[in-house]
Amino acid sequence: MSTTRTSKPARAGQYLALLGYLVFLAFPFLWLISTAFKPPRELASLHPTWIPKDPTLANFRQAFDEQPLLRAAGNSLIAAVCAALIAVAIATPMAYVMARHRTLLARAATGWVVVSQAFPFVLVIIPLFLVLKNLGQINSLPGLIMVYVVWSLPFALWMLVGYVRAVPTELEEAAAVDGAGKLRTLVSVTAPLLAPGIVATVLFAFITAWNEFFFALVLLKTPEKQTLPVVLTHFIGAEGAADLGPLAAAAFLATLPSLVIFAVIQKRITGGMLTGAVKS
Amino acid sequence: MRARIATALTAALALLLAGCSGDSDGSDDGKITLRFQSLAWQKESVDANKELVKEWNATHPDVKVEYVQGSWDSVHDQLLTSFEGGEAPDIIHDASDDLADFAYGGYLADLDELLPDRLKSDIPERSWQTTTFGDGVYGVPFLQEPRVLIANAKWLKRSGVRIPTPEKPWSWDEFRAVSKELSDGKGKYGVAWPLKEPVSATLNLSLSTGGRMFHRGDDGKVDIRFDKADAIMPRTVHDQVNTDKSASGTTLGMGGSDTLPGFFGGKYAMVPLGFSYRQQIVQQAPKGFDWQVLPAPAGAEGLAQGVSPQTLSVSEDTAHKKEAVEFIDFLLQPKNMVRLAQGDWMLPTGEQALKDPALHTKKNDWATGTALAKDLRSAPAQSVRGYAEWKDKVATPALQEYYSGAIDMDELRKRLVTDGNLVLKRYQR
Repeated sequence: MSTTRTSKPARAGQYLALLGYLVFLAFPFLWLISTAFKPPRELASLHPTWIPKDPTLANFRQAFDEQPLLRAAGNSLIAAVCAALIAVAIATPMAYVMARHRTLLARAATGWVVVSQAFPFVLVIIPLFLVLKNLGQINSLPGLIMVYVVWSLPFALWMLVGYVRAVPTELEEAAAVDGAGKLRTLVSVTAPLLAPGIVATVLFAFITAWNEFFFALVLLKTPEKQTLPVVLTHFIGAEGAADLGPLAAAAFLATLPSLVIFAVIQKRITGGMLTGAVKS
Repeated sequence: MRARIATALTAALALLLAGCSGDSDGSDDGKITLRFQSLAWQKESVDANKELVKEWNATHPDVKVEYVQGSWDSVHDQLLTSFEGGEAPDIIHDASDDLADFAYGGYLADLDELLPDRLKSDIPERSWQTTTFGDGVYGVPFLQEPRVLIANAKWLKRSGVRIPTPEKPWSWDEFRAVSKELSDGKGKYGVAWPLKEPVSATLNLSLSTGGRMFHRGDDGKVDIRFDKADAIMPRTVHDQVNTDKSASGTTLGMGGSDTLPGFFGGKYAMVPLGFSYRQQIVQQAPKGFDWQVLPAPAGAEGLAQGVSPQTLSVSEDTAHKKEAVEFIDFLLQPKNMVRLAQGDWMLPTGEQALKDPALHTKKNDWATGTALAKDLRSAPAQSVRGYAEWKDKVATPALQEYYSGAIDMDELRKRLVTDGNLVLKRYQR
């Protein structure tokens, strides 16, 4: 195996590009934080500043005062956690079969997964609404969770197929040679190696559901059931007018769970449990 | 590992069960429960709506109203889905320009026979026209706002220009001359037009000059014309931006709120905005900033301008139309309409409510806006089928290009009329 050394200017360019990308990614979030702490008069300043001159917690107080943010966050959490766990629980065995048995059916299923991602929300929402109504699941979190599971399943499957393919079949063959049955091999050998992939997929499914707005808006009728993205729109008025301070404060709080979860499990995603599993 | 998986699954199941707290919006005790979806969003407005619902519930034990918070941002899609699924709220808050599809689609109840005489006679005919589609009335118009000029009062006084009043407004020519007078040619402009959505502003303000653009023939079909009267308002804006340099070109792509920092920062002397923007100005203006409300310029039709009022409708599917209308009648009692108007910083449509002294105060220039109420008309074309497509595909780009100076008046006319009539034709076969 040959390695190529990158020249210093090229490396500096890479770091610069990376820095630019990070700034690009971080800009909206940093601006959100800045806005959340600004009083109304600073929000309408002709010369906006990054650091609020007169920082205030009033936007947070107002946001909590005007909207049931905690209840909405609780609903979002239930919906997102349940949807993510269920979707991944269903997707994992499916992904294993699709990755290990490259039959015509598996290829067709893969194609269908790709196509299903192309359906716009508005195309599916009315039939979905009618189905859920017949099941008595309108305005219920389990109904919403079912939708989220179905919606995130193709992507979860897509991700997990890749992770399963990355697990060397030699390991499973070695386990079989050592006398392990199929189930034992799956549970003791394959599943632990898949763990980072499963965690990453749960995370993405969680974030998809946590941020989802349209299904929640349409399916949940009563204020007690509404999720956080729906409640956030209550700070927006006609013709795009917005109560910017409280909206930013609430939106900042809404991004925190995703950030915390990323921070906590980042190591598990990037740790690479496959390291050293196979001698090459 | 297995223990962790088991723990996670148990937690998921527990959470799922916690989420299965049932779905009970019906009542088993014979009492009626009506769902009222409100789009109120500012704190005062939400508070006023919730208080009124509370007062109704306290005095009507057999008809309970449940307040449901909706949002302007997504109301159309949300209602459409709810109607299709037979799960729409009983009482629906919306705006008149959003009702046509729902009314023609049979989703809204015709309120003509259900409304009490008190309410019918309290709201003037010109407002009822905004919610009348075909032979039916599909909503009660209850709040509206004129477009006004919000001006930097100190700047105006210092310049010595005549200050217009509802009794003696500026003509469009005078407005052009004044905005030129207020400009210094070095980055300070007499006016900033926020015309991100140029169509409704153009059509609504052109009513003052007699412009109507949409003409309905005896056969009921509508065609578009662009006469001299239609051209006065657009030409004024175009010339302010491109000839006089008295209007900022950069604000043409902005929404109303986007112009406020420049207004507070002393870049523009006047900004044409909806009357309710006063709330944002009170909240955000720097200390000591002196502002005032001026009427929009007048033309051959005086101060006439188009509006799309906020409305209350009843779902066709509800089994309790009578009770829903009774609640609307309660909500729109004159004193209650005043509370709602104050909460939204808008004008009530009801004539009794408009007489309330609270809406005639000089504070925050309520009196100036209230004086304009009698000149508000139904926004042109809001019930014309195909209007939405004409607006998005033809009129918006054409007006944006005209205002920025990219095309001339002849090209604008050609696009609005020729291309526009082709669009309308498809809807009127």
